[in-house]
Amino acid sequence: MIKISGIYKSFGNTPVLKNISAEFQPGKTNLIIGKSGAGKTVLLKLLVGLIAPNEGQIFYNKVDFLQLKKKDLRTLRMKVGMLFQGSALFDSLTVEENIRFPLDMFTDLTKKEKSDRVNTCLNRVSLDGINAKFPSELSGGMQKRVGIARAIVLNPSYLFCDEPNSGLDPKTSLVIDELIKDITIENNMTTIINTHDMNSVMEVGDNVILLHEGEICWQGNKDEIMSSDNEILHDFIFASPFLQRLRNAAVSNGFHI
Amino acid sequence: MVIAKLLDHLGKYLILMGNAFSKPEKTSMYYREVIRQMHDIGVGSLIIVFIISLFIGAVTAIQFAYQLDGTLVPDYYIGYVVRDMTIIELAPTITCLVLAGKVGSNMASEIGGMRQKEHIDAMEIMGVNTAAYLIMPKVLAAVIIIPILVAIAAFVSIGGGFIASVPTGLLSGQEFVMGLRSFFMPYNVFMMFVKSLVFAFLLTSISCYQGYNVKGGSIELGKASTNAVVISDIMILLADYLIAVVLI
Repeated sequence: MIKISGIYKSFGNTPVLKNISAEFQPGKTNLIIGKSGAGKTVLLKLLVGLIAPNEGQIFYNKVDFLQLKKKDLRTLRMKVGMLFQGSALFDSLTVEENIRFPLDMFTDLTKKEKSDRVNTCLNRVSLDGINAKFPSELSGGMQKRVGIARAIVLNPSYLFCDEPNSGLDPKTSLVIDELIKDITIENNMTTIINTHDMNSVMEVGDNVILLHEGEICWQGNKDEIMSSDNEILHDFIFASPFLQRLRNAAVSNGFHI
Repeated sequence: MVIAKLLDHLGKYLILMGNAFSKPEKTSMYYREVIRQMHDIGVGSLIIVFIISLFIGAVTAIQFAYQLDGTLVPDYYIGYVVRDMTIIELAPTITCLVLAGKVGSNMASEIGGMRQKEHIDAMEIMGVNTAAYLIMPKVLAAVIIIPILVAIAAFVSIGGGFIASVPTGLLSGQEFVMGLRSFFMPYNVFMMFVKSLVFAFLLTSISCYQGYNVKGGSIELGKASTNAVVISDIMILLADYLIAVVLI
């Protein structure tokens, strides 16, 4: 479980996050949603320790993340996997070498054991047999799946995904969403996804946090979204004209949305 | 304001170097990276070092022969001056200035590109000490391989002096060799290696610092690469002066 309380972050005189408190449960896909500039990426970077907050606390299973010494922080980070928006695969390494990198760096497994582990992860993301390919030879969706394979290769307890669907078609996005959800349940991971993709929210949103101007303005699950009367949430969900027309048509036919 | 900025950079540079030389997570991974870097820096720079040294030796011989023309200084002094100029100054300094342009800008671009593509963030989140993994092998490889390159440069440069002066009739081969063997001080070779070690450390660590701290896009990456070369060159020349003052 990850718990944050009273997080405040500003860049210069511009506050980006104001008094953010939340809990992210294991085995659930926790989504942080909001418009561009709402502070989603900053919050995710704070959670993984790439930047530090001005105020507030972050707990990983009751361990105060911000008070950890460098060595302990590195040990904790070995339990963290992250899927980056641009996948962040190392260009000069093959798919196998990319996924094997954390194993090479942190484990004493034999070559065969590492190879087996890599193949298991590739199989889990349905990409068997692409071990020798380079990231540049893969499509965006495949790169994302390799990114997920690399993120889970050390069996992490925490998985962070920064815009996992950006640049992908709706069908591939769905595959990625389902993959992340399944892996989260299988490994009982605490998964936090930063997205503005409404399909993802409605598919995998066990716990959804809406950020607006640096503050949490709504929290609930995917089933509670439609019944909520939060104006900002509705503005965000029905931002697309197509969805607005769909909503108006549904309302005029007697449905409550 | 400028001094405050300089001190800020110096502080950040020292902290980065402190992190870079901390205990590796896995020695074998670092060892492999050191070997790869030694190959890239050493083999990759051999041709340019060879060409530049050859011409520097040749030019030194011809320039000195021109200076000697009409004087009572014996011709064999050409060999002596080529040797000492090469060992004391030209081989370590010119080689490292050239390597700052070739190797330094390459390192700054490589690490800066990794920063921009979030590779460094990805490694940090895995638990890798990125300062150590990305910088330490490069610096270690450079301080091992650059003195060897400098020694090769010194031999080639003396060879360049021979080629430029003996076949052209400025002096005989025997006189050139006699010059090479006159007034030899082994201490000068020691000084050459001290210089090459210090310059190797400076050019790689400064370049890595520039790349590691890149913020922004491709224009900033280009600036970092340029800064790596310019600052390394200035620091090499400053260190050259200080070593000369201390060791002579």
